[in-house]
Amino acid sequence: MIERAVPERPWIMRTYSGHSSAQASNSLYRANLAKGQTGLSIAFDLPTQLGYDPDHRLARGEVGKVGVPVSHLGDMRALMDGIPLETMNTSMTINATAPWLFALYIALAEERGVGARALQGTTQNDIVKEYLSRGTYIFPPAQSLKLTSDTIVYAVRNVPSWNPINFCSYHLQEAGATPVQEIAYTLGTCIAVLDAVRAAGKIEDMTATFGRLSFFVNAGMRFVEEVCKLRAFALLWERLGRDRYGVTDPKALRFRYGVQVNSLGLTAAQPENNVYRILLETLGVTLSKDVRARAVQLPAWNEALGLPRPWDQQWSLRCQQVLAYETDLLEYDDIFEGSRVVAEKTRSIAGAAWGEVEQVERLGGAVACVQSGYIKERLVESNALRISQIEQGTRKVVGVNCYTETAPSPLLASPDGGAGAILTVDPAAEAAQVDAVRAWRKKRDEGAVRRTLDALRAGVGRGENVMPLSIAAAKAGVTTGEWGAALRDVLGEFRAPTGVGGATIGRDESIEPVRAKVRALGERLGRNVKLLIGKPGLDGHSNGAEQIALRARDAGFEVVYQGIRVTPAQLAQSAVEEGVHLVGLSVLSGSHNDLVPEVLDALRKAGVTNVPVVVGGIIPEADARALEARGVARVYTPKDFALGSIMDDLAELVMRAHGLS
Amino acid sequence: MGSADPPEPVEALAAGVRAGSRAAVARALNLVEDRRAQSRPRIAELLRALGGGKPDGHRVGFTGPPGVGKSTLVSALGGELRRRGSTVGVLAVDPSSKRSGGALLGDRVRIETRPEDEGLFVRSLATAGELGGLARAAPASVLVLAAAFDRVLVETVGVGQSETDVEYVVDTVVFVVQPGSGDALQFLKAGIMEVPDVLVVTKADLGRVAQRAMADLQAAVRALGSRETPVVAVSCVAPPQGIEALVDALECHRAGLDLTARRLASRRRHALADFATEHGERGVRALGGRRAAERWLGEQAPGLDVPALVQGLQEQATEG
Ligand SMILES: Nc1nc2c(ncn2[C@@H]2O[C@H](COP(=O)(O)OP(=O)(O)OP(=O)(O)O)[C@@H](O)[C@H]2O)c(=O)[nH]1
Ligand SMILES: [Mg+2]
Repeated sequence: MIERAVPERPWIMRTYSGHSSAQASNSLYRANLAKGQTGLSIAFDLPTQLGYDPDHRLARGEVGKVGVPVSHLGDMRALMDGIPLETMNTSMTINATAPWLFALYIALAEERGVGARALQGTTQNDIVKEYLSRGTYIFPPAQSLKLTSDTIVYAVRNVPSWNPINFCSYHLQEAGATPVQEIAYTLGTCIAVLDAVRAAGKIEDMTATFGRLSFFVNAGMRFVEEVCKLRAFALLWERLGRDRYGVTDPKALRFRYGVQVNSLGLTAAQPENNVYRILLETLGVTLSKDVRARAVQLPAWNEALGLPRPWDQQWSLRCQQVLAYETDLLEYDDIFEGSRVVAEKTRSIAGAAWGEVEQVERLGGAVACVQSGYIKERLVESNALRISQIEQGTRKVVGVNCYTETAPSPLLASPDGGAGAILTVDPAAEAAQVDAVRAWRKKRDEGAVRRTLDALRAGVGRGENVMPLSIAAAKAGVTTGEWGAALRDVLGEFRAPTGVGGATIGRDESIEPVRAKVRALGERLGRNVKLLIGKPGLDGHSNGAEQIALRARDAGFEVVYQGIRVTPAQLAQSAVEEGVHLVGLSVLSGSHNDLVPEVLDALRKAGVTNVPVVVGGIIPEADARALEARGVARVYTPKDFALGSIMDDLAELVMRAHGLS
Repeated sequence: MGSADPPEPVEALAAGVRAGSRAAVARALNLVEDRRAQSRPRIAELLRALGGGKPDGHRVGFTGPPGVGKSTLVSALGGELRRRGSTVGVLAVDPSSKRSGGALLGDRVRIETRPEDEGLFVRSLATAGELGGLARAAPASVLVLAAAFDRVLVETVGVGQSETDVEYVVDTVVFVVQPGSGDALQFLKAGIMEVPDVLVVTKADLGRVAQRAMADLQAAVRALGSRETPVVAVSCVAPPQGIEALVDALECHRAGLDLTARRLASRRRHALADFATEHGERGVRALGGRRAAERWLGEQAPGLDVPALVQGLQEQATEG
């Protein structure tokens, strides 16, 4: 049979969204469902992802920014108001606090009389890639892995239609991974998690567990290679299941995945071109029936400029619908069946990926390779290579390093002449959340809260499964911040290796003039030019900051890399103690308007003058001007892709600050 | 700190350092790192004003292969020392890239500090191409920190003799290893590495491998005839272990030292090493050999610092 009698059912269509408050996000979700979206993909804000309440000191400026704040059962009620839990398929991008958000969802279902067994959806719950790329981890690896395996063991037994984990190759690609690395390091994570699950649950037959495991992948512009990557992934996943875990049921061995196509590669220059990119990337994950995505969410065309508006997201949803409903894609069996080219490429990716899986195992497994920095260093290297190819033009990006001439874009001209084509979150939203969580705490039964928190602490300390303890706490009205604090007490906190120390980057002659300038400047200043680079706020997407740090070292700067989640006061302290000549901040969460002025104030208070501050991030034009007015020396956005000229710029700024230009 | 401002009086700067002021210590470190000839007199003046640092202070060096957990350990120790009421200054030395001259100073990110606590200070320093794993400015930086804080912790990367110049600037050398890598054991046995004052096995949470590493090291140390060398296992992940035992071991080592004599001997050995690096074996022969040089050094005034001693050796060599 070649043509199918009945077209296949399309994949689940979602939009990754959430902002401001549970109420606001709920109306957004309902509107999206009315437009033909068939599942939900919840974006949580950073405080929720990191186990802080909206009134926590570190949550300042971050509440409701990159997603919805969910601080307690009341918020979960409001978020899912009017949405039937028994039929909805809900994907939650939640990791370190995954057991907690899962517990809130289950508690809500039980309250509504739905029962956990009916729930369908996904908790992302892949902590390893948080250490490597996304940065929203809390606890040390071994402790985190225990929480992950608790969730999986619990779900397989009690919430059988739930996908308790989405092994994420997505973020590895964002961090720079090649297709081979993407597969290899994700499978390395699978092995670490599955070994832990098998041991923790004392599971003999892994079939039921395997049947609940799914992946979250990324799809880039090279869509032929992407098709082959996915076929190689499926091949190796099946081999792993059979050989290592003794699973034989073909259904359980199937490679199931959801996808968000690459949003990091979307450009700020001529952003309308991103519409084509999104469509082509979607082909990579839908063309081949054997490895077609189960769920697709697409970024918006203007993602590199700021937060997309509902209309921007609708445009991306329509892309999926046109592809699924207007074309004949779903009427055929796998169209690559028998292709020599695809088979050959698939074999070569699979072979190389398996080699790297074995390398990770030789080095002690994925967790050891996270701790030693091995994987992170490989990713940072690949990313450095990719960026330098774009810089040197050997990798073409239309509108960025070629074909840059353009007529003015009517899409970017906003009628009010103000903020432009992006969404701005109401700054009052945070204050409202702070009041709301305080009001919530006043209304609950404090005795029940204390009892369930004590039980949580004691139980987790003894190694019990975290899920039942968390569900009890959720029902008692415990908040996200209280749950997080209790677990921090018992499990401790962690800082992952940055990967910038051990990564090596290729020789690049074009940096030589900058090096000479930096060296000469060092001679005149009496000591080498020293930079402080860090990420204030809670956002953990450190790939950009890492590349800046790496390139700065290559340009001859001495770089104090302070990593993610540093407070303004800590940055000021470091600037003083280290005697740096320039401070570089990276903020991607949209909270630059709050965080950057705080850092400037902290520096001033610490007596740091004459030290230029530069900021990089997804920062809208108007905000950039405002920050400059506040004293920021330079704002860099995704448009400034040439790191070499940024380095030159930094040297110039230091020269000027010291009256040497 | 505009470049047009008149230079700060050295006496005032030294007073700020002695008072442990964060800003003053940082400025003093900026000064001693300054390579310009015009800054040399000010540096010398500052070091004179600071004396040899707090006389009852303790300087501890942590060295060991990359990634074994030195910074994490320094962080944990810093916390424990603060709890015991000592102030702490940390100098974290990282290698510079030979090709670019730049450096990634990655230790700070692992060392926990609190903005409101001026009693714990961390400074990163690049080796800037110096041999011996120590930056040129390290000895003077240690002196600045030692004048400001009760305890100075110096972190350097290194295995084996050629890379452990840290011993010249500290009172106690701690060699840090992690379980499962036999490096330290090999180096000890082969005599490439001298027995350090204290041996630490990190990541004790890894269990059996850590215990085995500790037993192996203890056996090796005994076989080399240094029964007293403590071997301490520590873990810096929750729940931490061994940190208090390590602080106790360090305090105990310090109590057994004649600090003045040890520092004097270190300065003299440091001077000879610096001289030998610069002038090679030919230079040492011009001094009449190592023995003669050591004898000559032994006769010099105890107050002389390393540059003065090197200068003296140079004069000896040209005269002799
Ligand atoms: N399991 C475990 N891991 C640890 C411990 N101490 C440090 N680590 C981990 O070891 C890695 C390296 O730690 P660092 O403190 O940066 O090691 P280092 O020796 O200072 O490294 P370099 O300065 O790069 O030479 C990090 O991933 C730490 O989290 C420990 O006690 N137990
Ligand atoms: Mg270190």
